[in-house]
Amino acid sequence: MSQLLLDVNGLTMRFGGLVAVNNVNLSVHNRQIVSIIGPNGAGKTTVFNCLSGFYIPSDGSVVFKGEQIAGLKDFRISRKGLVRTFQHVRLFSNMTVIENMLVAQHRHLNTNLLAGLLKTTHYKRLEQEAMDRAAYWLEQVDMLEFANREAGNLAYGQQRRLEIARCMVTQPELLLLDEPAAGLNPRETKQLDELIVQLRDEHEISVLLIEHDMSLVMGISDHIYVIAQGTPLADGTPEEVKNNPDVIKAYLGEE
Amino acid sequence: MTEASLYLLQQLINGLTIGSTYALIAIGYTMVYGIIGMINFAHGEIYMIGSYISFIVIAGLLGMGMVALPVILLIALIVAVLIASTYGWTIERVAYRPLRGSNRLIPLISAIGMSIFLQNYVVLAQGARDIALPPQISGGWNFGDPQLFEVSLSYMQLIIWAATFVCMTALTLFISRSRIGRACRACAEDRGMTNLLGIDTDRTIAMTFIIGAALAAVAGLLLGLYYGVVNPFVGFIAGLKAFTAAVLGGIGSIPGAMLGGLILGVTEALTSAYFPSEYKDVVSFGLLVLILLFRPSGLLGKPEVEKV
Repeated sequence: MSQLLLDVNGLTMRFGGLVAVNNVNLSVHNRQIVSIIGPNGAGKTTVFNCLSGFYIPSDGSVVFKGEQIAGLKDFRISRKGLVRTFQHVRLFSNMTVIENMLVAQHRHLNTNLLAGLLKTTHYKRLEQEAMDRAAYWLEQVDMLEFANREAGNLAYGQQRRLEIARCMVTQPELLLLDEPAAGLNPRETKQLDELIVQLRDEHEISVLLIEHDMSLVMGISDHIYVIAQGTPLADGTPEEVKNNPDVIKAYLGEE
Repeated sequence: MTEASLYLLQQLINGLTIGSTYALIAIGYTMVYGIIGMINFAHGEIYMIGSYISFIVIAGLLGMGMVALPVILLIALIVAVLIASTYGWTIERVAYRPLRGSNRLIPLISAIGMSIFLQNYVVLAQGARDIALPPQISGGWNFGDPQLFEVSLSYMQLIIWAATFVCMTALTLFISRSRIGRACRACAEDRGMTNLLGIDTDRTIAMTFIIGAALAAVAGLLLGLYYGVVNPFVGFIAGLKAFTAAVLGGIGSIPGAMLGGLILGVTEALTSAYFPSEYKDVVSFGLLVLILLFRPSGLLGKPEVEKV
């Protein structure tokens, strides 16, 4: 049996009187692609915000690799290996592609200032490793030839791929992707589909996905959670979720 | 050359000298604005403190009988930079960091409070009157036609140009090449995302305060030596001028601050050369108003795009 990587229990997020997320449970195992689906405004992104440290959950526990992370600062959570993307692209658009990749490895280059100024061999080796890792991941997402381009000038689909590559150089164990297929054309969506599967199968990381593109979700997910109005509605394999009457009702309305 | 053009040349030399020091101070405003979007009104006070510390160190070493001027100046520079950086770091830690995430106006008010506090603290510790230091670096070159107008370029002015050039080059390399510089740029573009990539942005922000304060201290030493006097109120007006320079060049832009400083310095020199010198500040701050009206993003700044 695979190991439990993320275990969320009774996650609740209240904004004043509004309950945006109500008692959500979910778990992600090693090498799993897990999706969260639900109508617009269901609270999916709020769940992501709670997991990644953007919000401090009002209630509930978030255990990542056996450790409680709810309430930790976002950069600490990221350092533990839980990294996210956003619905809209958030690249450093004035920086080049390669610089985006190097910023993400900032803490792996963590040497003292003096070592950086003196360019010690240790520092040079770390820098070379960071460069190699950046090149490797750019190659994985077919972006190596654009390494010196300014990120803001890339096509939209390329920007989305670069974002994933940038997450990957931080060496995460769990990647949270918030609607990665939004705005992509069918061909780009297919590339993304292949990339996510490759992340799981070849790079052995887990992916937690929010997505509206049902063919993508149904095709690659190991497990799906359905949320409606902040409350868990159902969960199961793609097959089970597809045939769940509650889910059909929530999406299509009652007959 | 005619008398008029020699006179003009002299004004350009003087203007570039003052402008260089404005540029050094302006960097601190522009970097802090670029990264956290606030105007650090206490920055001028850091410059003033840098000046005081240089004076104290130089006077102390001279009093101890040291004669090697380059060594004295080097020690003064190091001590002033270290202490001013500590002030810069502490101000951020005490007065701004706890207010992060609150309304933009609140850290601004805290900054004004800090500025008043530091001014009065120096008044109490050092007295409100001018402190003078005899000129340490004298001499220079005179050229032009002694019959018409003799242009002088002092060694002190050359030192100011050279020191500014070295600082600006080092800063540019640091920001564009180094790992911390990269993090600073990332932080200026999108602090939230930078955090999510595992970078402690509080440390990056503290770093910009330290760099800005160090450069202000260099300016404090240079201008202190140039004018030979310092009082607790020099930071206020120099801070305003440097702020104007930063806005002129495009606040948030480092090359903009450099350019803005030089333009402002030259403008002031030319104004006091051809008009009564009381108009100097009128013109500088009039310039600030004009920029804010017609080109709020400054010469090299990018127009602000609303973040979604």
